[in-house]
Amino acid sequence: MSSRRSRQTSGSSNISDDQIKDLVSKLQQLLPEIRHTRTDKVSSAKVLQETCNYIRSLHREVDDLSERLSELLATTDTAQAALIRNLLLQ
Amino acid sequence: MASTSVVSNPAPTSTDRSRDSKRKKKKKLQKEYLQSHFKWKSQAQQQIYSSKLHQALARVNLASTSVPRRGKAVREAADRVLAATAKGKTRWSRAILANRRLKLKFSKQHKRQRVAQPALTRSKKPRVSVLRLKGKKNLPAVQRKLRFLARLVPGCRKEPVPVILEEAIDYIPALEMQVRAMAALLNLLSGSGAAASDSSSGAGTSSAPPS
Repeated sequence: MSSRRSRQTSGSSNISDDQIKDLVSKLQQLLPEIRHTRTDKVSSAKVLQETCNYIRSLHREVDDLSERLSELLATTDTAQAALIRNLLLQ
Repeated sequence: MASTSVVSNPAPTSTDRSRDSKRKKKKKLQKEYLQSHFKWKSQAQQQIYSSKLHQALARVNLASTSVPRRGKAVREAADRVLAATAKGKTRWSRAILANRRLKLKFSKQHKRQRVAQPALTRSKKPRVSVLRLKGKKNLPAVQRKLRFLARLVPGCRKEPVPVILEEAIDYIPALEMQVRAMAALLNLLSGSGAAASDSSSGAGTSSAPPS
């Protein structure tokens, strides 16, 4: 392993290829798209791409939900808010 | 004195080893699972988040801010509560919380704070070259995607490759939980909101939630 890294700056970074591969595969498991297809043949470029897309879509969903929540919250009064809080804490 | 008691010693080496390995395995499993995926999937975590979010949202004064900024305020509160629920073990959560504090201070003319902050977080580790990511030679596509990913996950812009991946592995389930919790909250609010609008306006104390 050390021979392969002759070009790299050695030192305190003990990060190996296997570790990175392991991380990428873990990331792959999280993505809904890739999970359903053959897991062995996915390149890391695709994993990264899917990750970016997925995070962006999650952000968009959160933004959309925030919008709707803000609209709703602006119209409910405080008595109802207390009621809902009790429901949530149950 | 030297009489050895007849204490039954049913501990042959095999069970010892299995117990030890089981303990190690359990510890490793716990550590791994508690770290990301399973932590964010647990119902308890979601409930904690929901209640905190609701409290935070009650504090956000939605009536005062104008319409375009309202959604943003909610989003920021939701992110902040998410980061707080993460208990600060990950970079992205710390970055969200630090960012907010920065923004508040920034508005109060503390311009030097911004310069000081990156100095604190800059690590001395040499950056792992992305050439090693795929095991092959120079792949600019992978590098580009990695940089893009680093911009998406808060707090990861200057981190080395494995850190970015680790952060993403924790960030994604957290986001998923955030979506679930907010959708549930929305459902709850809109459900009881519809019921209250049927009754008389104003006095909504006796409105029972639809079960």
